[in-house]
Order: sequence, then structure tokens, then C-alpha cells
Amino acid sequence: MSDKYAVFIWPAYGATALVFAWMVIDTIRRSAGWRRKAERLEKDEAS
Amino acid sequence: MFAALANPHRFMGFSRWAAPLCGAVAIALIAPGLWLGFAAPPDYQQGTTVRIMFIHVPAAQTSMFAYACLGGASFFALVFRHALADAAARAAAPLGAAFTVLALVTGSLWGRPMWGAWWVWDARLTSVLVLLLLYLGYIALRAAIDDEAKAGRAAAILALVGLINLPIIYFSVDWWNSLHQGESIFRPGGPLIAPVFLIPLGLMSLGYLFAFGALWLERTRAEVWRRRAQSLAVQAAGR
Repeated sequence: MSDKYAVFIWPAYGATALVFAWMVIDTIRRSAGWRRKAERLEKDEAS
Repeated sequence: MFAALANPHRFMGFSRWAAPLCGAVAIALIAPGLWLGFAAPPDYQQGTTVRIMFIHVPAAQTSMFAYACLGGASFFALVFRHALADAAARAAAPLGAAFTVLALVTGSLWGRPMWGAWWVWDARLTSVLVLLLLYLGYIALRAAIDDEAKAGRAAAILALVGLINLPIIYFSVDWWNSLHQGESIFRPGGPLIAPVFLIPLGLMSLGYLFAFGALWLERTRAEVWRRRAQSLAVQAAGR
């Protein structure tokens, strides 16, 4: 797709890909991070 | 179902498999949606910029859906003082803000070649900008107050007041003279869009909603873990 509108279409898809990547990475990182921390504290409490 | 999921243990058990399942469904819908979107012929008026519609419209729909979820969760958190509802409200806000940014950016990239302007102070565009400000206000308010319970209540009130913006966004194209096109899908007499565009648009819209569902569930799980970790840290400090 390389017509005169490509300069608008590709940035729109690029921005969408970037925002989706941020949402997925940030969500997984947060979830894994807090889960690890909670599990470590639970283990400390049990011992 | 809501009463059953109100128990954090049951919610964590449910969301453990529901979040990846929603993510898989989202991929299964978005992948063919993208394929069909790029395979669709140019529109007779919009040309190839019609391809921006396949990511702009779903982002706009999801931004409003996310706010409805934020408002619903805030209602349960405020009225029933439900901790899980408060966690769900907090988890929905950044996702809703991200989808609203996408709706505004992709709309702007469509508007420049079609309307000749990146931005106009049109009722639809302005009300969506207000939606973004409501999301940012919600996030900022929660961050500004140290006491989490107070922050949650204040932010829930803001979220509930902001619900009035949803019908304003939806009906703005009917209530005011607008450059933005009117309702062309859910209207009496059927959609105005040809099936060759409607099918990829429908797949993308459903895919975005499932993607939001997957991310919302996972972020709510993260919030439950965060509160559990903080509670354990306080207990450990008190010993």
C-alpha cells in the first residue's frame, strides 16, 4: 500500500501497535511483579 | 455471577483462565480483521484511508465501553464499599485512557486527508477529548491522595459524574451540527456500510473489546496482588 494516503495510514497503524504493545507489556510486568512480591511476603510470613 | 466474583479468591480463580482466554479470542478476531481490512478495496469517497476506520472506530467504541466499566465498578465500590470493585475501577482507567488516545490519534490521522484538518472543535471530537481528561483526572486524583480509601471514594465520585459524558459522545452527532459522520452501524434500517467494510470492522471491534477484557482482568489481578503485598508488608513491619 503506497498511495498518497500511506503517510497517514501507516502512522495510524504504527501508533496502534505501540499503544497495544505498551498495554500488554505494562499489564504483564505489573501482574508478574506484584504476584512475585506477594508470594515472597507470604513465604516470609509462613517461615 | 457478579456476586460470585465479588469474592477475591473466586475472582482470582476465574480470571486466571478467563484473561488468557479473552486474549486468545482477541487475537483470533483481530488477525482476520486486519487481513480483511487490508484486503478491502478503497472506498469510493475515502479511498484507502478507509483502512484507518478499522482501527479508529473500535478504539473509540472500546474507550466508551471502558468508561462504562469504570463507572459501573466505581458505583459498586462507592455504594457497597467493595474492594474488588475499587481494584477493577483502578485497573480500567489507564486502559480506557490508552484506547481514547488511540481514538483521537487515529481520528486525527484520518481527518487530515479527509477534512483538511488535524483537529476541529467539533462536538464529537471535543466530547471524546473530555473523556480523555476524565480518565486522566481519575488517575491523577487517585495518585494525589495518600489515603487509598479516600482516594478511591473521591475518584469514584468523579467517575460517576463523568458517566454523563457517554450519552453526550454518542448523541453528539445528532444533537449538534457536526463534521463527524453520524451513526452508520447501529441505526434503524440497518448499517450504511457495505459488507466488505462491515465484516473487518465488526471483527476488529469485537477483538478490541476482548483485548480490553483480557487486559482489564489481568490488571485487576495485579491490583489484588498489590493490595495483598502491601497488607503483608504492613503486617511484617508491625511484628
